[in-house]
Amino acid sequence: MPTGNPRGPLDAVIVGAGVVGAACAHYASRAGLAVAVVDRGSVAGGTTGAGEGNLLVSDKEAGPELDLALLSTRLWRELADDLPPEAEYEPKGGLVVAPDETALGALRDFAAAQRKAGVETHEVPSHALHDLEPHLAPGLAGGFHYPQDAQVQPARAAAQLLASARRSGAVVHLGEEVTGFLAHPDGTLRGVRTPHRELHAPAVVNATGTWAGDLARLAGTHLPVHPRRGFVLVTEPLPRVVRHKVYAADYISDVASGSADLQSSAVVEGTPAGPVLIGATRERVGFDRTLSAEALRRLAHQAAALFPVLAGVRAIRTYHGFRPYLPDHLPAIGPDPRVPGLFHACGHEGAGIGLAPATGLLTAAVLTGDQPALDLRPFRPERFDQAGAAQ
Amino acid sequence: MTTSPSEHGAPPGSTGDDPPCDLAVVGAGPAGLAAAVTAAGLGLNVMLLDAGERPGGQYYRHPAPGLRAARPQALHHHWHVFARLERRLRAHTTTGRLRHLPGHHVWTVLPEQPAETRQSAPAPAPVWRLHAVADEGPGAGSEDGGESPVTVRAHTVLLATGAYERQLPFPGWTLPGVVGAGGAQAMLKSGLVLPGRRTVVAGSGPLLLAVAAALAAAGGTVPAVVEAADYPSYAHRPAALLRNPGKLAEGAAHGATLLRHGVRLLTRHAVTAAHGTARVQAVTVERLDRDWRPLPGSARRIPCDALATGHGLVPQLELATALGCATLRTADGTPALDLDGEQRTSVPGVWSAGETGGIGGAELALAEGELAAYSVARALRGTRLPPRAAVLRGRRDRLRAFGEAMATVHRPGVGWTAWLDDATHVCRCEEVPAGAIREAAGELGARDARTVKLLTRAGMGWCQGRMCGPAVACLAGAEPAPDRRPLSCPVPLGHLAALPGAGPPAQAPPPPQPPAPADR
Repeated sequence: MPTGNPRGPLDAVIVGAGVVGAACAHYASRAGLAVAVVDRGSVAGGTTGAGEGNLLVSDKEAGPELDLALLSTRLWRELADDLPPEAEYEPKGGLVVAPDETALGALRDFAAAQRKAGVETHEVPSHALHDLEPHLAPGLAGGFHYPQDAQVQPARAAAQLLASARRSGAVVHLGEEVTGFLAHPDGTLRGVRTPHRELHAPAVVNATGTWAGDLARLAGTHLPVHPRRGFVLVTEPLPRVVRHKVYAADYISDVASGSADLQSSAVVEGTPAGPVLIGATRERVGFDRTLSAEALRRLAHQAAALFPVLAGVRAIRTYHGFRPYLPDHLPAIGPDPRVPGLFHACGHEGAGIGLAPATGLLTAAVLTGDQPALDLRPFRPERFDQAGAAQ
Repeated sequence: MTTSPSEHGAPPGSTGDDPPCDLAVVGAGPAGLAAAVTAAGLGLNVMLLDAGERPGGQYYRHPAPGLRAARPQALHHHWHVFARLERRLRAHTTTGRLRHLPGHHVWTVLPEQPAETRQSAPAPAPVWRLHAVADEGPGAGSEDGGESPVTVRAHTVLLATGAYERQLPFPGWTLPGVVGAGGAQAMLKSGLVLPGRRTVVAGSGPLLLAVAAALAAAGGTVPAVVEAADYPSYAHRPAALLRNPGKLAEGAAHGATLLRHGVRLLTRHAVTAAHGTARVQAVTVERLDRDWRPLPGSARRIPCDALATGHGLVPQLELATALGCATLRTADGTPALDLDGEQRTSVPGVWSAGETGGIGGAELALAEGELAAYSVARALRGTRLPPRAAVLRGRRDRLRAFGEAMATVHRPGVGWTAWLDDATHVCRCEEVPAGAIREAAGELGARDARTVKLLTRAGMGWCQGRMCGPAVACLAGAEPAPDRRPLSCPVPLGHLAALPGAGPPAQAPPPPQPPAPADR
């Protein structure tokens, strides 16, 4: 495949051509850095390609992840103007519904804190839910509308970000696995090795998502990234029966749960191509690729409970992916003090598509030595060592 | 969360709570039929699930009853073999030893116990669940458009899911009048209709000769059979050919029919474009080099009103790959199941027979199905393999060698993509042109068919890439990967929602409920 033209020595090697690696490459090249991207497979070949493309603020409680999501929301809107329409950016908004008054009360408190942090949201009384979603089940207590929630087609978005980086001079090596690191005698990294070449650069960015723990180990350090499996159901193409991203309030507690057991609360949404996506389950079962009938049962049950019309609609496909899970549900972004020259941009769990632009922008700032737009301390890669030491 | 919102009661065919049968066979083509009647004859309790309404699969096709065809055998070799199998099927159905479930589309096969518990305990005899969508008779009037969910439990499974036709696209292949070669044969066998008055037959593989001979015998005109491979290259594999005199005779019979009807056979040629507006009116035929690249200046037009085209068959593997069955690559680059001397897959308790192990034809499928049944009986009952098993094995090895020789000769050359222009739709369901796939595989960074699919939607439509998968893989520069379709056919969400929950099969489901605040 064609690659960009290196303009002399590299400033950084980005490992991983998923949406996060592509966003890092996009913002770093735009900041004038000479970067190379390496991936053992295709663009979007890992978790990005298995994602739904959720750009959500609605599911995040006030705190560092929400700040990251709000920054990303703004950046995605800018990117939508810069990138070709193939990325399918759709600012459709989210609708979180509550089955009863108790759930609605909890949701109200949750939304109030989010509003203070800068989220746009307003309550939708029970009788007005059907103005937003005509096919929604009757009898729901109410909900909250989040106009900032949006969607992209994740694989296309990643490919367009990478293509944009290449236009700014980034070099891309796909189908090449990083097999080792190059280091100075004092341990500072000076590049990576693949079966085909050595790439020399003073900075290496680990954007390998669910496999980031392996790359960290190869560099001689530690990052506790684990796979958290999710199934998505795809229906036959339909006329627009679902207008927003719609989900029940218990989704928020599933996302925040640390349990390894199967969690499920369906997010239901239409796509420009016609199929409705129903996703996703969350469970920690390693890289188990076998179909789970229980996961499909729950997704279908919950989707049909939200939209009864879907019960007679056919699923034509299901797929699964492995989210990069870190124990505190926050990504690792920034330099790794244990290995000078190593930077992380990984561990976004199920929010990687949404959080990619902010992660890319912050990573570019760190690499150029600029002041990052957000406080990076909550995302320090070494924080798990300290937690371990404190116990 | 073990409730279910289904309003569908368990239909009569649903056996989710019944004790497991000994053997569930998926597919009632030659392999599945042979296996099912043999196993029933050995005293096993057998369920035979098949998507078709009548047994026989893609090979043995019945003329539609309304046509009152007097001699279906005229269009089939070995119809008497099928007639005998069907008689045995009826006999075993009468005794209740075998249940034939027609119109049942199996969408997945899963072990009953979830993976975690399977690892810990000393494995009990496995029980498989086969989940199917069953067609209901006309007027059944269910909300899902006449489909009901069925679950079959079984101690062992035999996958005889057969194959589908490989299509390599070319400009104009979506015109009315262009049909699959297998489709043309099916139209003839079940509808007794010809695809056109003048039908060019093109592509690659032994099926083309059979299709052309059948069309000519049925009164159609076949201006040419256009074969991309080079028949003389059979001569490089004399051993496999000489050990299969029956196969040679079959080919010779087709050849004689073609000669009698004055049909031209053009080898190392391809139809590289079909022309017409409302319907195909002519095709361009070009001579090919060894890699199937068209030779400049060799193009000529052949007028016709139909084109039957196909480039061999591809094993249908998704049920097996979802179970984790190991695959290998056959001589034409296509994935097939890796089977042992008794037709066992790499997953204990799962057998397979017929085209899933590599394309080899009906006679091979019959031998493998029968052999598999003996092996299943041995595994369940501890009986010995009968002496006949050795005979079947010999037949299988001989026919497999023939199949491999054919696959080598008809392996698509890498140059075929040269006859695609960028505007040619490769994925018909989603209307994705070759240019978009080339862009994805080029500057956008897709290195396999999966990523091409994500970037272009090629293979995301109704057929889930069965039609375009091999072509997309070629354009992405990759060998075709084994099928991965966790849902092997569309399944109503209502069926999924009514699946038995984790653990023992669920009882009658309660009415729908709003989402519960669960999982905290």
